[in-house]
Amino acid sequence: MDNTKSKGTLAILGSFRQLIIPLVAIVILALFNLIVDPSFFHIAIKENSAGNPVISGNLISILDFGTELAILSIGMTLVTAATGGQDISVGSAMAIAGAVILRVLCGTDSAPETIKAPIIVAFLISCVVAMIFGAFNGVLVSIFKIQPMVATLILFTAGRSIGAWINSNRLPVVSDVEFTYFGGNIPGMPIPTPFFIAIACFIIIALVLKFTNLGLYTQAVGINEKSSRLNGINPTFIKFITFVILGLCVAIASLITVSRVSSMNYSTVAKDIEMDAILAVALGGNALSGGKFSMAASILGAYVIQFLGTTLYKFDVPSAAISAYKAVVVIVLVVFSAPVVREKLSALWKKIRVSKKEAS
Amino acid sequence: MSSNKSAVSDKGIAAKIKNVSDTNLLLTITIVVFFVMYIGAIIFQGSGFLKPQTFFNILNQNATLIIVSCGMSMVMIAGGIDISVGGLTALVCMCCAVYLDFMGGNLVVSVLIALAIGLAFGIVQGFLVAYLDIQPFIVTLAGMFFARGMTTVVYKEPFNVAHEGFKELKLTRLLIPKMGSYTKKGAYIDAYVELGVVVALIIVVIMFCVLRWTKLGRSFYAVGGNSQSAVMLGINVKRTKFITHLLSGILAGIGGYAFFLHTGAGSPAHATGMEMNAIAASIIGGTMLTGGVGNIIGTFFGVLSLSTIQIIVATAGLGEAWWTNITIASMLCIFLILQSVIMAWKHRA
Repeated sequence: MDNTKSKGTLAILGSFRQLIIPLVAIVILALFNLIVDPSFFHIAIKENSAGNPVISGNLISILDFGTELAILSIGMTLVTAATGGQDISVGSAMAIAGAVILRVLCGTDSAPETIKAPIIVAFLISCVVAMIFGAFNGVLVSIFKIQPMVATLILFTAGRSIGAWINSNRLPVVSDVEFTYFGGNIPGMPIPTPFFIAIACFIIIALVLKFTNLGLYTQAVGINEKSSRLNGINPTFIKFITFVILGLCVAIASLITVSRVSSMNYSTVAKDIEMDAILAVALGGNALSGGKFSMAASILGAYVIQFLGTTLYKFDVPSAAISAYKAVVVIVLVVFSAPVVREKLSALWKKIRVSKKEAS
Repeated sequence: MSSNKSAVSDKGIAAKIKNVSDTNLLLTITIVVFFVMYIGAIIFQGSGFLKPQTFFNILNQNATLIIVSCGMSMVMIAGGIDISVGGLTALVCMCCAVYLDFMGGNLVVSVLIALAIGLAFGIVQGFLVAYLDIQPFIVTLAGMFFARGMTTVVYKEPFNVAHEGFKELKLTRLLIPKMGSYTKKGAYIDAYVELGVVVALIIVVIMFCVLRWTKLGRSFYAVGGNSQSAVMLGINVKRTKFITHLLSGILAGIGGYAFFLHTGAGSPAHATGMEMNAIAASIIGGTMLTGGVGNIIGTFFGVLSLSTIQIIVATAGLGEAWWTNITIASMLCIFLILQSVIMAWKHRA
């Protein structure tokens, strides 16, 4: 076994052990669907309303609609690793970033004929705004040493209201066709655009983790802040920068979300997505108390959640009751990945094997 | 530290403040801020705040939040968190409402149902957190999802309870003599509090005594402050954590019934975001999420501060709905920074 080489390639992904939990979850979900209703995996090419061919199917919709969650889980993993806490304001921050996009594109009209600014300008401004709000959280956490969940509670409370305030509570609709490409399909391209955006984000974060010290430093700060400072790392800056990165993730996710319907509702957009994002990090086997992390496992965790949601939706579970089933699945997953349970199970397994040997 | 002279003159007060424990210092700040805010409201917004009933209405509206926040503070003191309380409140309301209206049940059993739901959630969550060592955030998050989902499974639509005995109980009010006020027509109305407030105040007193003077209460602080040294002291950390979640579940059950008494309805949208309000109230009250620091009286004043801000914003003519949340958030922000700066100053060598 070439141990060193495999270690080198896997360093980007984090430890392979962590990938097992989300992978097993995906396999179980896939098997469950395969047994109960094989048509779940059916993929077809259809024409969308604009007359362009698009591929559709449950798997595609999982990859499509899981994008926001996957992108957010990137930032959330870094924040969790560095600070040992979670950002619960991402849903509210998405409402702000989305409101900024709409404000720039629509001005003060509620449904203008043409957009008032190029989409890229709107997106960049919303990136800046989201990163400023991320920096606000970051300052509270890193400089004022407030626990992350508490510090982000501020933006969690205010975010949706700020979003409503930016647009004076109007819900502007973007009429531009090009704007729908980000959350839908580019004409002539059957695969939904969010999929490509997600891939681009994954490649960027993989490169960043491979070629910069970000991953190493966040883990060092998360494991032991004092000793990392003694080793010449600036924990304040590392914590701060993770929140800014999460802000950027929020802006990208909100662009996709707003683009899907060309508008948004401040009070319901990305509702409870913060909880799902934290869940994705936890399902990826990352300690929520900080330290070592596996980015790939978090991203897989995000898709597990989306897979689960789509599966439940497919079985005609009422949308309001989905959360109850989700809770049960989450608890089962978490219980089986708990170290205490795993130790007990492996002890039990050994016992059974020993008794079998004795019997034979 | 700029000049030696001022350092000397500050020394008396500074030394005194440094001798106060973290818990008591944060408690004092909270109470002072609440009174400053309330007096400010009286001065700037006139006589509405002078009526005792305004104050009692704050209590009436927030009985549930007070009860639930007591549980939340306790869990937080022991170093955990419980975000299932809002969902649990909604589930309790819905179950009791369905039981009373559709099954024609009696009141005593409905109270027992509320307690049983709280107990069940408390036991399961406590077991998962304490004995299986799973992060409390994840466990109670799943608890919240489960409770919210089950609420809609039990019954989808919001509805008012028509049960006669319950209506009577709902309208039972405790009159407070000599605190009433005159209406515009000159009729005298006694000030009143609802039953939920009485329950809430009893719970505040009990919880305060438990945390202050019992072995169990002190072990919460020990576990939250440093669980390793708690083990060395011979405290059963797992059992302590289990008990905090158990109690928080039961308190959420009681709080849910108080909410039910206040609104008299079951609805899946009940108590949305209450867990965050409870956390905010606990923090304003000087409880720290890292554990080991906190006080129930502080939490009580935290709830009062939070709701006073809401009333001030509502009466200040900031009609747009978004101002309430933005003001609460900025209050929370100022509070947190104040706490952090004071603690940093106090702990400076």
